[in-house]
Amino acid sequence: MINTATVANIQPATRDATLSVTREQGLELWRQMVLIRRFEERAEQAYTEGKIGGFMHLYIGEEAIAVGALAGLNPDDDVVTHYRDHGYALARDLAPNALMAELYGKATGVCKGKGGSMHFADPRKHFWGGYAIVGGHIPLAVGLAFAAQYQNQPRVAVAIFGDGATNIGMFHESLNMAKVWNVPLIILVENNQYGMGTAVQRASAVPDMITKALAYNIPAIQVDGNDVLAMREVMLNAAQNARRGEGPQFIEAHTYRWRGHSMGDPQRYRSKDEVEKMKTRDPIARFENRLLEYARATQDDFARGRAEVERVAAEAIEFAETSPFPDPAELYTDVFAPEVTNG
Amino acid sequence: MAIKTFLESIRDTMHDEMARDERVFVLGEDVGVTGGVFRATEGLYEKFGADRAIDTPLAELSIIGIAIGAAAVGMRPIAEIQFADFIHPAFDQIVNEAAKMRYRSNAGWECPLVIRTPYGGGVHGGLYHSQSIEAFFCHSPGLYVVAPSTPRDAKGLLLSAIRNPDPVLFLEHKKLYRSIKGEVPDGEYTIPLGRADVKRAGSDITAIAYGAMLHETLNAAEQLAREGIEVEVVDLRTLFPLDRETILTSVRKTSKVCIIHEDTKTMGLGAEVAAIISEEAFGDLDAPIRRVTGPDLPGIPFNETGEHAFLPNAEKIATALRELARY
Repeated sequence: MINTATVANIQPATRDATLSVTREQGLELWRQMVLIRRFEERAEQAYTEGKIGGFMHLYIGEEAIAVGALAGLNPDDDVVTHYRDHGYALARDLAPNALMAELYGKATGVCKGKGGSMHFADPRKHFWGGYAIVGGHIPLAVGLAFAAQYQNQPRVAVAIFGDGATNIGMFHESLNMAKVWNVPLIILVENNQYGMGTAVQRASAVPDMITKALAYNIPAIQVDGNDVLAMREVMLNAAQNARRGEGPQFIEAHTYRWRGHSMGDPQRYRSKDEVEKMKTRDPIARFENRLLEYARATQDDFARGRAEVERVAAEAIEFAETSPFPDPAELYTDVFAPEVTNG
Repeated sequence: MAIKTFLESIRDTMHDEMARDERVFVLGEDVGVTGGVFRATEGLYEKFGADRAIDTPLAELSIIGIAIGAAAVGMRPIAEIQFADFIHPAFDQIVNEAAKMRYRSNAGWECPLVIRTPYGGGVHGGLYHSQSIEAFFCHSPGLYVVAPSTPRDAKGLLLSAIRNPDPVLFLEHKKLYRSIKGEVPDGEYTIPLGRADVKRAGSDITAIAYGAMLHETLNAAEQLAREGIEVEVVDLRTLFPLDRETILTSVRKTSKVCIIHEDTKTMGLGAEVAAIISEEAFGDLDAPIRRVTGPDLPGIPFNETGEHAFLPNAEKIATALRELARY
């Protein structure tokens, strides 16, 4: 029997007709979402021009989750994400120039061009990255949370992944151990309805991802992932609960991926009508309406913000294109720690 | 005789064999509706239905484990692991279950399973979409490991793999899928597992390769031929068990050996091939055995310069072959 009391352990997001943030905070969240979108649109363009190679997965349409979720965390909370990681890196304030350069494989990239799109990382910002093995990073996040608990630090760790990853063994083993040890872990599942080209109902025995959390007695909540303020609130609550020793917390955010799984996806598994319909739930447009209505925002605010974002995205492209490729000798760096005597 | 890409040859072979044998089915991530991430299973879902072109959840361990169970009772599963880099959660199932099934059951159970998976670099896949995994699995007797390099071989070897009563890891170099075209004979034919193939005859040096490196090696041999050096190119095709006879026959003829693979060097396949030659044909050698391989590094970087520096290519191979010729 599902323990419904457990579900309520995280308070649902407020749905009242006001903003839960100040005007300035609201405009900042909006700016981050617009930056993610324009950054990716420019990257998409560069990819189609052949300037970026390899595999690239776009986050367009899902921006509110990364922005809202990270707004609900402290800057030193540990974040570990899936390979669709551009939005999280930007929301964690990694430099757009270094991120774009990484997409280009340049020496000035955030991983010196070794990683590319799927493997953004900056440990100084507690952003442990972009992982390309589905579910492979979930146990790592449990380890980060375990260490915070062991060291008696107030940090929480956040594992972020899609609905598809909830079907892999590592997910289940990690949730079980996280709960047994009661570590400060937040599991954030982006349910965008497709694991690559397979619809969630064709791959998961249960339609609601929270059901899987409840199997491990982990408090869980579903949230509209296209509502940036709701995202922020559920994350604030989850982080507060985890920080005060209540153990792992689970968030299922509903959203929709506007683009294909990756750049080469012919998208036979869904109709254009479906995509167009879901685009009407644009998290940016929706939030603009709320800002206009409740925060005295004006079209001028948005125009100024968009111009600023446009400049940042253009500068990132310029920086990436004019940066050098890494020296071939860079291939041999960072294999082992330097000057270690084994013995 | 049709001209097909490496990919088309593999795809058509699955179509043919599924039409011929109802026990054959494919399963894996997005192999059905999408037709596979590289389109290797395209059309199977439409032709044979969802029961025989099965989309699975993202769960490699279970994909393989379930296929092993079905194979043990007479089915002929072809399991696809979307990228070879993703196979490791299934390592236990492959090594501890599939490879040991016959041995542990006094041949009471068989495991006629094929695991197809794209491997290798050269497409800017980065750290987790470029790896070579063959060395891990060549250390697991009971499991065949096959790595074709041409459309013709891909068909003959895949048919053999599907009909083989024991498990086969079928490695498809992803760079070959669309870049390599060749003649594929019509109708049914099989190429026995465990047999290498001399892809180019020569008298001065034996170059041993497989997969994408076979083509780089042939290009290098072409360059050296213009310089008057005749390189014999051996395509291993099956990586376990190795065809010792073909290797040794060529070495005894040329007396000089270069082994080429993209996988990292230490404990790579080249080490075993070199050991076989040292044990069996030491007296025939006129020069130390050379290896041209990927360097001992954790992964292939995403960026172009790093990937280029990592991977062997015709130029690097030709340089090694020239040095060997001069020795």
